[in-house]
Amino acid sequence: MEIIYQLGIILVITFIGELLHGLIPLPIPASIYGLLLMLLCLKIKIVKLENVKQVGDFLLEIMPLMFIPAAVGLITIWNQMSNILIPVVVITLLSTIVVMVATGGMTEIILKRLKGKEK
Amino acid sequence: MKSIFFNSVYFGILASISGYALGIFLKKKFKWGIFNPLLVSIIFVIVILLVFHIDFKSYNEGAKYLSFLLTPATVCLAIPLYQQLDMLKKNVVAVVIGISTGVLSSLCSILAMSVIFNLSHQQYVTLLPKSITTAIGIGVSGELGGITTITVAVIILTGVFGNIIAEFVLKLFRIKHPIAVGLALGTASHAIGTSKALEMGEIEGAMGSLSIAVSGLMTVVGASVFANFR
Repeated sequence: MEIIYQLGIILVITFIGELLHGLIPLPIPASIYGLLLMLLCLKIKIVKLENVKQVGDFLLEIMPLMFIPAAVGLITIWNQMSNILIPVVVITLLSTIVVMVATGGMTEIILKRLKGKEK
Repeated sequence: MKSIFFNSVYFGILASISGYALGIFLKKKFKWGIFNPLLVSIIFVIVILLVFHIDFKSYNEGAKYLSFLLTPATVCLAIPLYQQLDMLKKNVVAVVIGISTGVLSSLCSILAMSVIFNLSHQQYVTLLPKSITTAIGIGVSGELGGITTITVAVIILTGVFGNIIAEFVLKLFRIKHPIAVGLALGTASHAIGTSKALEMGEIEGAMGSLSIAVSGLMTVVGASVFANFR
């Protein structure tokens, strides 16, 4: 019973996210509305952590599997991309490294500075 | 016989999970970074489809049920985030500056390289939302006049690549703090990067989840400004 109850709560919030996405004309997907709504519900204790944790952890653990179909689907648009393939791939790979290093590096620097101030 | 085997709706899911399990096995056995389970599973499925001449459509007939779970799973990213709310409040300055830096570096690096490669305006705006979650990225690309199918491809490539290189790049640049690691993964490669962050630790996962939402929303605004630059 507990599992059904947890799944129900998660699906209700997902569904409300879908509704908000349909009603509000912004380029924000249902999943982000749902994420924020879930956070709000947990914060104001409408939903208790233990009422979503088990199923939530299960979904998060198998999350990498959910990306496989989309990635395999890349083979279907290969032809469409062939004439700009090299620049697109180079830009994608390089800028991913740039963003990772910039975000992580900057956060490390700020965290260290703030820590130094505290002392 | 072949059609009975591959026409089962469970074929797509089975192939995906088997590939992922193979990846976990190879990684445990050889401990090489290249045996990233996600990468192994993608290659495994593509090889099967090519060898047995199965088209993507019949694979996806079953595999789409994996994608189907993505929205509720993304909603559940609020759970690790909620568990680390105090941590977030304590470090809110570093978090905001970190994610903003990431979004800006993404837009700037794409602009710079689009100039170098002499891409058209349409190709440039197609790439602009590449580091954010697919559903927001499609919206941004469409809004700016980009080619949304290519945007989706690039977003997935970004995610998978970020997931694969994460450990190597973070080690190389000595990015160790769990908050910095989580923000770096979430901002650079959205949910696919965050699924890696979740494996690394609770704080990493929570910060990755936060980055998906915040960097996505910042990019909606940022990309519409950057679209005017080329």
